[in-house]
Amino acid sequence: MASLITLAARRAPVRLGRAVSSVSSQVRNFASTPLDHDQKELQSLARTFADNEFAPKMQEWDENQHFPADVLRKGAELGFGGLYTREDVGGSGLGRLETSIIFEALSTGCVSTTAYISIHNMCAWMIDSYGSEEQRQKYLPKLTSMEHFASYCLTEPGAGSDAAGLSTTAVKKGSHYVLNGSKAFISGGGSSDVYVIMARTGGSGPKGISCFIVEKGFKGLSFGKKENKLGWNSQETRAVIMEDCEVPVENLVGGEGQGFSIAMKGLNGGRVNIGSCSLGAAQASLEAALEHVKVRKQFNQPLAHFQNTQFKLADMATSLLSSRLMIRQAATMLDQNHPSVASYCAMAKLHATDECFKICDDSLQLHGGYGYLKDYKVNVYLRDSRVHRILEGTNEVMRMVASRALLAE
Amino acid sequence: MSNLRILVATKRVVDYAVKIRVNAAGSAVETANVKHSMNPFDEIGTEQAIQIKEALVKAKTGTAEVIVVSCGPAKSQETLRTALAMGADRAIHVESDEELQPLAVAKLLKAIVEKEKPDMVILGKQAIDDDSNQTGQMLAGLLNWPQATFASKVELGDKLMTVTREVDGGVETVKAPLPAILTTDLRLNVPRYASLPNIMKAKKKPLAKFTVADLGVDIKPRLQTLKIAEPPKRQGGKLVESVDDLVDKLKNEAKVL
Repeated sequence: MASLITLAARRAPVRLGRAVSSVSSQVRNFASTPLDHDQKELQSLARTFADNEFAPKMQEWDENQHFPADVLRKGAELGFGGLYTREDVGGSGLGRLETSIIFEALSTGCVSTTAYISIHNMCAWMIDSYGSEEQRQKYLPKLTSMEHFASYCLTEPGAGSDAAGLSTTAVKKGSHYVLNGSKAFISGGGSSDVYVIMARTGGSGPKGISCFIVEKGFKGLSFGKKENKLGWNSQETRAVIMEDCEVPVENLVGGEGQGFSIAMKGLNGGRVNIGSCSLGAAQASLEAALEHVKVRKQFNQPLAHFQNTQFKLADMATSLLSSRLMIRQAATMLDQNHPSVASYCAMAKLHATDECFKICDDSLQLHGGYGYLKDYKVNVYLRDSRVHRILEGTNEVMRMVASRALLAE
Repeated sequence: MSNLRILVATKRVVDYAVKIRVNAAGSAVETANVKHSMNPFDEIGTEQAIQIKEALVKAKTGTAEVIVVSCGPAKSQETLRTALAMGADRAIHVESDEELQPLAVAKLLKAIVEKEKPDMVILGKQAIDDDSNQTGQMLAGLLNWPQATFASKVELGDKLMTVTREVDGGVETVKAPLPAILTTDLRLNVPRYASLPNIMKAKKKPLAKFTVADLGVDIKPRLQTLKIAEPPKRQGGKLVESVDDLVDKLKNEAKVL
């Protein structure tokens, strides 16, 4: 029965009682102006995939803390595993603007799962951009197909915002580097096959940090307990522990001392990606609120007739639009390799993640008591998007990056 | 070695999920600023053609060329590009801003068939905007080709297709020699998503354009729409006291007995 309904929903030649969404196509499509035809096709594919594959399962994955590897791989078949990775290793070779559009559309179906896809993509990009040809050919084909999953390991128990203060060491001993230390809050930790790990090969500060590719089976690599989180429940989060972990010298990415720079460049894009995921959460929350206020009646009229409701919705849409424009501009600047890209990515991430969380919160408020029930989806968007204000650099760190650029001579 | 040429007809229609309205003039369904997409049965047709091609290549017994065609205004090209992104090889756009009824479309497709000489033409069983369920059958009549409609399963043999059809009484299996017409029903297959690389590659695939005049076809509508109206607003239900009361209401008020 469920499969027939899925078939029908997939193609529904027969009207399913009432239309799937009463939200006007203008609202669903206002994320589309002014995209060109190809960008709209990509967006449409991502949104359809999200509607069909993510949305029906989002709450179940959140409730059961289930990592949907099979659905992720289905997405990888369509090219989601290496969106901005080069095509010779199975990537899709798209730009950062197209990537942002796709992540936003996918997030409307499930923010947590899409955020994981974006982390995976960031790791693939780092290997693609800074890895040797051998490293690219060895690791990327399996990453772009998502036969293997990847995790990004920078943060430590003692080094969060002060990332350059990390203390995991990597000491060269013959044909191996021996890594000692631990990483905290690693998305995909324990389930991923490939870990991109930043460790200290040299002196203190950023210039002493190097980047390594570490495989799950390497001697000395282990994992902490699965963290129990407020949101992002379709991803497993664990500590990654290295106790005399042996990493072949060929697995150094770039040169010694280049690691922090690689990590930061990865994060510029990562910030646009996470901001894009926030946009999707807000878009879905806005659509849900619009449907609810047309249907819910109090004082003998739909909530949509009250000016307070109307003004609140207008504020939400305006805020979403400003966030979207900033994120898309930052993405375009990444594509253009603009010299000020870091501060624009920081400001866009700051603005979008803060504003979109508020939009999710406002949507929950518009749902009234129902918004607080897990039967309704809006609580998931709220909980998932909360962490976007913290990771990939806290919004406080975003202010540091932006102000540094402003005050520079 | 069999090398098949398959022509797939597609139509750009109002998306199935849209809540449709009658336009201000009361003359037709409002289509301005409304989301459109490929007719779902045509997606199934495109998918079937691509599956046939993939099966031939996999078995190393030949290959197929999948040509997708659409008759309609400039925006029909969006539908063609979607089909190319799914895996069709090339596209043909018969451009017209006029109203095209099933008979006109069948005549235009006949002209394309005479140019392309396909072994099979696959159409959706009906379009979800007019629900006509006529074009495939009319095309078969004009070409004097065999037809198998409402297909839920297709097997290709040597210049022959065996088709399982869903009909009111159940399921029927027919054999038809090629060239033949096939119309698709819901359970024939589940259309694939276009992949991102294929969406980008679709731009480079050939798209040929014809006008109605190029094909020398009379497309004048034979049917005239007199009136179009939304269904009456749903009334509240009524509680009845007895079976006699119910029968009376069904006979005299609802007029269904």
